[in-house]
Formats: sequence, structure tokens, C-alpha cells
Amino acid sequence: MLRLNNNPVLDTVIKLVTTAVAMFAFVFVVMVPLYDVLCDALGINGKTSGEAYTAVQAGVDESRTITIQFVATNNESMPWEFGPSVTMMKVNPGASNDTVFLARNPLPQAMIAQAIPSVSPARAAAYFHKTECFCFNQQPLDGETATDMPLQFIVDRDLPQDIKTITLSYTLFDITDLVDGDVAAR
Amino acid sequence: MGDHHHGPAKGLSRWLFTTNHKDIGTMYLWFSFAMFILGGSFAMIIRAELFQPGMQLVDPAFFNQMTTLHGLVMVFGAIMPSFVGLANWMIPMMIGAPDMALPRMNNWSFWILPPAFLILASTLFMEGGAPAFGWTFYAPLSTTYAPPSVTYFIFSIHVLGLSSIMGSINIIATVMNMRAPGMTYMKMPMFVWTWLITAFLLVAVMPVLAGAVTMMLMDIHFGTSFFSAAGGGDPVLFQHIFWFFGHPEVYIIILPAFGVVSQIIPAFSRKPLFGYDSMVYATAAIAFLSFVVWAHHMYTVGMPVAGELFFMYATMLIAVPTGVKVFNWVSTMWRGAMTFETPMLFAIGFLVLFTIGGFTGLMLSIAPADFQYHDSYFVVAHFHYVMVAGAVFSMSAAVYYWLPKWCGRMYNETMGKTHFWISFIGFNIAFFPQHFVGLAGMPRRIPDYALQFADFNMLSSIGAFIYGASQILFLYNVVATIVAGKPTSEEKTWDGAEGLEWTVATPAPYHTFETPPQVK
Amino acid sequence: MVLKANRLRKLALAPVLMLLSLASAGVLAAGGKVNQVNMSPGATEIGQSIFDLHMLIFWICVIIGALVFGVMFYSIYYHRKSRGVTPSTFHESTKVEIAWTVVPFLILIGMAVPATSTLLEIYDFDDAEMDIMVTGFQWRWKYEYLNEEGENVVFFSSLRTPQSEIRNAEAKGEHYLLEVDEPMVIPVDTKVRFLVTANDVIHSWWVPELAVKKDAIPGFINETWTRVSTEGIYRGQCAELCGKDHGFMPIVVNVVSKEDYAEWLDEKQAQAAQVSELMAQTFTLDELMERGETVYDRNCLACHGANGEGGVGTPIAGSPIATGDIDAHLEIGINGVPGTAMQAFGSQINNVEMAAVITYQRNAFGNNMGDMVQPIDVYNHKQGQGEN
Repeated sequence: MLRLNNNPVLDTVIKLVTTAVAMFAFVFVVMVPLYDVLCDALGINGKTSGEAYTAVQAGVDESRTITIQFVATNNESMPWEFGPSVTMMKVNPGASNDTVFLARNPLPQAMIAQAIPSVSPARAAAYFHKTECFCFNQQPLDGETATDMPLQFIVDRDLPQDIKTITLSYTLFDITDLVDGDVAAR
Repeated sequence: MGDHHHGPAKGLSRWLFTTNHKDIGTMYLWFSFAMFILGGSFAMIIRAELFQPGMQLVDPAFFNQMTTLHGLVMVFGAIMPSFVGLANWMIPMMIGAPDMALPRMNNWSFWILPPAFLILASTLFMEGGAPAFGWTFYAPLSTTYAPPSVTYFIFSIHVLGLSSIMGSINIIATVMNMRAPGMTYMKMPMFVWTWLITAFLLVAVMPVLAGAVTMMLMDIHFGTSFFSAAGGGDPVLFQHIFWFFGHPEVYIIILPAFGVVSQIIPAFSRKPLFGYDSMVYATAAIAFLSFVVWAHHMYTVGMPVAGELFFMYATMLIAVPTGVKVFNWVSTMWRGAMTFETPMLFAIGFLVLFTIGGFTGLMLSIAPADFQYHDSYFVVAHFHYVMVAGAVFSMSAAVYYWLPKWCGRMYNETMGKTHFWISFIGFNIAFFPQHFVGLAGMPRRIPDYALQFADFNMLSSIGAFIYGASQILFLYNVVATIVAGKPTSEEKTWDGAEGLEWTVATPAPYHTFETPPQVK
Repeated sequence: MVLKANRLRKLALAPVLMLLSLASAGVLAAGGKVNQVNMSPGATEIGQSIFDLHMLIFWICVIIGALVFGVMFYSIYYHRKSRGVTPSTFHESTKVEIAWTVVPFLILIGMAVPATSTLLEIYDFDDAEMDIMVTGFQWRWKYEYLNEEGENVVFFSSLRTPQSEIRNAEAKGEHYLLEVDEPMVIPVDTKVRFLVTANDVIHSWWVPELAVKKDAIPGFINETWTRVSTEGIYRGQCAELCGKDHGFMPIVVNVVSKEDYAEWLDEKQAQAAQVSELMAQTFTLDELMERGETVYDRNCLACHGANGEGGVGTPIAGSPIATGDIDAHLEIGINGVPGTAMQAFGSQINNVEMAAVITYQRNAFGNNMGDMVQPIDVYNHKQGQGEN
């Protein structure tokens, strides 16, 4: 057994205090990042990658079509009008697809929004690749203006055969205060 | 430090500056009893409101504050400190040590507790009211949507966490370094063993709780988004962190209770504990498993099916070591020569009711069935069978068992037995019907309910009032014993009791084992 | 008093009932019955599987319990000192200890097998015939029918039980706290997929008889499904503490025949058209006040109080907003106050309802402003937001 101090009681105390401090640090430096990694890998909560997909798919799989369903939710007091331009698309795995979400800020003042994607079934999240998405960035919008927010995605050819419908949900959050407060989001 | 051979100092300073494990243990015990009464009175308000359908006494917001504070005060204020108090009193005497390894820190770890709970209780009088998000304080209800008092709540959690960690370090240091010559690990009384394992659990998970509330604090005041989807965080992450702490926490509460019962059943069966070794291994196995089952509290959050299966299987496994313990206790009783004084009654009450709580726990571990049980009154019934009939009953048993040793006076046996029977009956009337309303579809934490649940809720409230009233009898019995109980100076109060604590004089002198005993 | 005496009589029977219930738990009828003591198998196949699983484990526990307690009470009776027995000294037996580690393990495997297959069934979301998005709000539910063609049907479903019943001023109705203004309607024998999310805090959508419980988490969607085999009305409640009125956001699902469902859907879509007709109408103050009170009770009362006295929200009675500029009042009603609990109701209630409730707030609770807001004013406000 490793001895850190000649006094056996002090030795025990030093080891235990180190353990306690390490467990506190463990929450921040292990649990939080590990959870994000696991979410990405397993699609917990249908979280999708926050970065653009750049790999190339080996051609289009014409043999099956997947139904993509788009839904949009405004969180809490978010007053924007926000929704998909089309609610449903039929796509082939491997092919690149484009659509837009429409947003309008009805208030007189400029605001900043952040859209959070979530995919259901969660298993499909790892196979739903976004090559371009308005959710990668914060979306500032002047008062009383509307905008088209583009989304470009590819459904992976390796998508499990039993998945036939994928639902992509965006929740729009008002983060004006968060950004104005000049605090960096994690 | 002064001369250790003096008796206690006089007056208030004895208690403020004491480093004596018995004084500190006494303070912990009284403090936890005060918290038990406080948390109990919150429960009485809850049950009074639920006596009939409709809102009668309090408004829904205050009701939520009551459920929240009831949980927090009972878990962190009553049950945990009561077992720390017991550890302080008994562990040095059981292993033949003169005191705890770190007496000065022992004093601190007690004295930071009362301020922490004063702060928590004071939130009741703050603008926006006390925390109202449940004792599990799920984000974002406890962050973005919390009353301003949440900051004080976080601070008090930090302080009481620190107190627990300091207390645990002290217990581990004592057990590892201060055992009398010849007292090997495998000769330690079960109570010491269970507490040693509990203390390791505490050192491992209290910092995790501290981390969780620190993240809440940062989300609320410093603009981070650990638990808010808006900034890329995730409210479900909170639940994972909380239950990574929370599941070991429930074993932290129950393991010392196992220890107490493992002391008392052999004493009144006049027969050694059956399967000591397997008891130790089972305790260690439960502690180990407690780290890999946390997500069984979260079957409905939408985990991948592989995750559900893993946590279901791991949780079911806990039934094995827990079963071993129950079988061992029953085997200890088998072919003994039993008598049924109050401590034994409470220990048997524990054994029966904890087993029922264990069965419902097994039912809850089955993920598909849990989709129906989750967050219903079935869960409330389950954890009260484990927490109250488990921890509180064993604590009552412990007090009756060691009280004569502590104060040199015998308690009133008739009153003790009356306390047991009223508690036992009241408890079952209060909590057994909660299984029914839960299965029938009544969610937990609601201030008002549909009419079909009315009868069982009224019954449950009546039981709760009976159980609550029985604790006043307990208080009276203990105070009457200390003040005017029949003096006793027998070293061994109970003829079947074993262990070093029964070799010292009664009442236990202020300093014991200044020369270590020799254990054969 | 009659009701009360009746309850007390039932109460006296309760201990007997408690004892009987353990034995009778297996043979109970379905449905949210008074004094129901067991889980209901409900109206779905999954519900039946869960119920069977529940009873299987229950009986295993009863048998183990009977054995353990049997041995214990035998021992308590026969091995007591007062009978003059001398205690044995045995304290271990490796064989026995191995046996009672291995046997429970095998029993657990026996339980895990059916549990796993039921869980996999629950997780089989494929081939849903229709999708409904369920969004939890503080403190009501929003249902959005996701259709492949035509307009989506969207509506809120809130508690219908009046405050007077909750405050005990009136006798409580049969479905006290389990009734809503507008139930979810789904067709029988159809696999319906629910996409569950929340708008603010975590809620949980639970209908016991449909064997569905799923957490609604803000920012994320969860999915679950049901296929109901019997027509009927099924009631449930929010199962995750979500703040003050957690106990007051029930769920009612009306399961109807496929024909009735199609009819209902048409009607809902026609209603949307009807609303646009109403938009053009001009209402009298009395008409607006009457409609407004209903809208207020459903949407505003929880935060602003039954008499506009305030609570979570600011008071309405005598408030500078309700007694001030109409446009400013409309602005708050439509767009909410960002960063507070005041939501943007512009997208939650229609223009007629908005006009009515604003008028109501300006004339009730002693505000007596005497002015009115017409649906067209709301429409104009929404269109020309910059001009005020």
C-alpha cells in the first residue's frame, strides 16, 4: 500500500481528501464530456452532431425510401413564428437533400435564437448527417423580419433496415439575453 | 487540548468545543431527532392536505415546498446525521479506541450542520418561497424556473455535503488506524463494517452531489448551460449526475441500518450472527452494484433500449446480496432462544417491512413494469418501506438497545413496546394503501387527487397521524429515561449481547479504552 | 353529509379490504375504479403484457415472502427463551449459503426473460399509422396531429374542473381533476406514435390504461406508441413534478371508431375555417365578456388568480396594463414578455379568443374600462406590429 505520510492517520486522511476532490473533478471533466460522447455515439435524446458532416457517401441507395418528418417547437416565451416549409419528405439514403425552415421575428427589436435539433427514433440520430444547418450557429434576426433557414442533410446508407421514418425536431430557444450578457455558451 | 483525564467541561462550552466522541455523538442524535420532528411536521401538513380531495389547508405552491423540504430534511437532516451520531458513539467503543481519529474535525463536522439547516429552513420565509422542485431537484425546474431561494438551497447542500465528507473521513481513519490489538477486519462487529463501507460510499458520491449543485449554481448565475438545451446542454444530464449520487445515497442510508440489525438480532436470539463473512461480502457487493444502477430511476426519460436492459439487469442483481442478508438474519433467529424486548421488536419490524420494501424494489427494477409504476404512489410506498421501516425503525431499535449503556438508566419497557406497536400499525396504515393508489394511477407529488383515490388517501393520512404521534411517545420515553429511569450499572444490559462496548462500565464513562483492550 | 357518512363506513371496511386485496389482486376488473387496488391491464396488448409481468413478479414475491416469513414466524414461536430452549451455536453453512445465492439468481433470470421481450415490444416504434406530437406546457398539454396532407390539427387541452370545485365551494363532479376542455381523439385498432416534448420544464405524459408513460423534455423529443383495442375514454395525469399546478394538468384520450375519427378530423379542420369566419364578425361587449371569461379561466387563471389578484403572474385587477393603452395590452397578450413566465399566447389561442380575453381583463375585476377589442384589432396588431 502506498504511504503518503508517516503518520498512518494523516496518510489515510490525505488519500481520502484526494479521492473526494478527484470525485468532484470527475463530475466536470469526465461525466459531462463522457455524456456528450455517449449521446453522440448512441443517439441518447436523439442528439445529433453539432458539426457539419463532410464525409462522402458511397452513392445513392435507390432501393429504399425513408420518410423524413419535420417538426418545430418554440420554447417557452419565444415569440418567433417558426416552422418547416414542408412537413414531410421522402428521401433515398446516401442522397443529399435540401429544405428550409421559415422564421419570422414579430417583435420590433432584434433577437437571437438558437435551434436545438433532436432526432427520433434516437437510434437514427447517428445516421442522420447534416452537411449544412442553421442549428450550427446562433440565428440573429432584426425586428419584424422573416428569413429562410437552410438545412442540407444526408441519410446514411447504413441506416438500419427497420427504420422507415425519421422525425427531425427543432426547438427554438430565445438566447438574446444569454448572448447580450456576453457569456459564452458552453 | 487540556488534560484528557478530566471529566466534561461545564456549561455551553462543553458542547461547543467538545472533541469527545460521546458528546459529539449525543449532539448528532439530538440534532437528527429535532430534524426528524421538523421533517415529520412537514409530512403532517402534506397528509392533512391530502386527507380529502380538494384544496383545504395550503395552496399548491406551498404544498410543493413541503414535499421538497420533507424529503431534504428527512434524508440529509434526520436519517444521515442520526447514523453518524450512532457511529460516533459506538465505533470507538466497538473497536476498542479511546476516541475518533480526528476529534477536532469531528467537532467541526457536527457544528457546520445546524447552520446549514437553519439556512435551508429560512428559505421558507424568503420571497418566492422555499425550494419547490422536489428533493431530487430536476433541472430546469430547479434552475431556470426556480425561486430565488435556490441559491441558499445550493449553499446549504454544499455545507452539509462537506459535513458528511468530513464525518466519513473521520470514520474511515478511525476504523483503519485505531482498532485495538487483535481486532482484525474480519473480527469487527457488523455495524462497524457496514459503516466503513458506507463511509467510502459517502466520500465517493457526496462530491458528485456537490458537483451537481455547483453546475446548477453556474447555470443560474454565471450563464453556463450544463442543463439547458438552449446553450447545448441537456436537462437529462442532471438526472444522470443526480442519480449517480442518489442511488449510492439510498444505500448510505440503509447500510448502517443493516449493521444495527446485525448487532441486535444475535443479541436477542442468544446466538452468533449467521454467515458473518457472507454478510460482509454482501454489503460490499451492494455498495459496488450501487454505482452501476443509477439510471433505473430514469426508465422513462427515453434511454436507448440497450441502456434500459443493462440497468434493469444490474438492478435485479442487487436482489441477490440483499436476499443473502435477509436469509442470514432469519437463520440467526433459527433455533436461538429469543426474547422480545423493544430493540428486538423494532429489529423484527425492520426485517418484515424492509423485506416488503425489497420486494416492491424488485418489481420496480423491471423496466417495462416500471413504465406503469414510475412516479406513482407505488414508488412513494416503496421508498417509505425502505427508508422509514428500514432506516428509522432500525434507528429506534438502536436507541433502545444502547440507551442503558449511554445513560446508565433503563427505559420503560412497556412504553417502549407500546411505541413499537403504535409505530408499526400506524406505519402500515399510512403506507400500505399507497401501493394501491399508485397502482391505480395516482401520480406522486400532487396536492389534490381524483375522487376514486379518496378513501385510501384518508386512511393513509390517519395512519400517518398515528405514526407521527407515536414519535412523541418515543421522545417522552427517552427523556424520562435520561431524567428518571431506573438506574442500572450492569456492564451487560442484555445477556446475549456481544462486543467490546458491553465490557465497559455502565453508564459508559466519559473516556473509554484509554488503554487498548486485547482482542483474542 | 350522506356522502361523508358513506365514506366513513367504507373507511371502517378498509383494513379488511387491505388484507383481502393481496389475495384478490389477480382477479380485478379493468378501469380506474373507486378503491382500485391493483394495476389495470388497460386496453392495449402492451398493457396486458405489462400487467402479466407485474402479476408474475408479484406472485414470485408473495411465494418467497411466505417462505421467509413462514420460517421466521415459526422460529419466533418455537425458538423463544420462554419455552425453555437452549440456543444452538451454529453460525455458518457454506452449502446453504451457496444455495440461497444461486437459487435467487436463477429466479431472476426467469423474470428477466419475459421482461426483456416486453421491453423490446415497447421499443418497437415501426409502422405507426399516425403521429401525434404531444407538448407539455406549464400546465396543460398541446396536441398536434402530424398529417401527410392538409392542415395539421393543433389544439391545447387544459383542465376543465372549475376552481369552485377545487376550492370546495361546489360539489365535485364525477371526473374531478381528470376532465379536460378538449380531449385527444384517436382511432381504435390503430398504431399511434406519440412524439413527446415540452415547452418549459420536464413533464411526463401518462395514461395508465394505454400503458404509456414518457417524459417530455424541453429541447428533445421522445417517442412512444399505443394501439388501443377498445373504444372508450381513458384518463391520465402528468407524472413528473413540473411546478405549482403539476396536479392540475390531466390527460384525456377519447378512443373512437375509425369512421368517427375521420369525421372528427374533418370537423376539426372545418372548425379552423369557421374561426376565420368568426374573425370577421363584430361582437358586443357582453358576448366578448362571456367568451373572455372561459378563455381567462383556461389560460390566465393559474398565474393571475381567479379574481385577477395575481400569483405567479402580476395582478390584473387595477393593473396599469389592463387599464392602460389597448395596443400595449394586446402586445403582451400576443407576444408575451420574454424572459418571464408570461408566454406568447398569440400562437396558442385564436384571434377571437384573444380579443375576448383582453376585453374581459379590461372590464372584469373592477377594471371597468368600458372599451372593447374586436378580432380584427388582434389581426391588425399581428400584421402591423411595427406601426404602433
